[in-house]
Amino acid sequence: MIETFLAIGMVIIFTILLSLYRLVLGPGVFNQIAASNVIGTKVIVLLVVIGFIFERPMFIDISLLYAALNFIATLLMARYLERGEICKA
Amino acid sequence: MQGVDIIATVFMAGGAFFMITGAAGLLRFPDFYTRLHATGKCDTLGEVLIIVGCMIYQGWSFLTLKLLFLSLFIFIVNPTGTHAIMKAAYVTGLKPWKKGEARR
Repeated sequence: MIETFLAIGMVIIFTILLSLYRLVLGPGVFNQIAASNVIGTKVIVLLVVIGFIFERPMFIDISLLYAALNFIATLLMARYLERGEICKA
Repeated sequence: MQGVDIIATVFMAGGAFFMITGAAGLLRFPDFYTRLHATGKCDTLGEVLIIVGCMIYQGWSFLTLKLLFLSLFIFIVNPTGTHAIMKAAYVTGLKPWKKGEARR
């Protein structure tokens, strides 16, 4: 069963490399933010799969924390580009 | 492989297919809005399918509860982030792509 997890992890890394093109060369800042959001959500699943490969359950806690941080980062960047400030004083 | 492992493998293979489809859409579509249209749905479904495959492989334990919470979180949060980015782009004044224009 570990071969399946290895294959899925390699597929996820391949899609991350494909998305990295849009993160580096994407025209405009919105394409780059979208690509960073996509890469962040792929890394969550990659952490879960790595936890099943090494048989260490603590990777799932790390992936939960990473999901929350990635969502907050995306929301803050979108809000900053929309209004020009993060929060009003 | 047991029967449960085969079901988990089928779920994870479906998730990998959806993730490859989303990455191809992110690379190939002509506009920002169409790119987010591809990734916002395909990536959500693919990631949730892979996590469901891990849940089926794990069986009943406390880890399954954590993975269920993670999949529900992704199901709610990922379309919300996509909507926030898209609304920011629309308010800022990025025009949608029309047929016949150059790719952006």
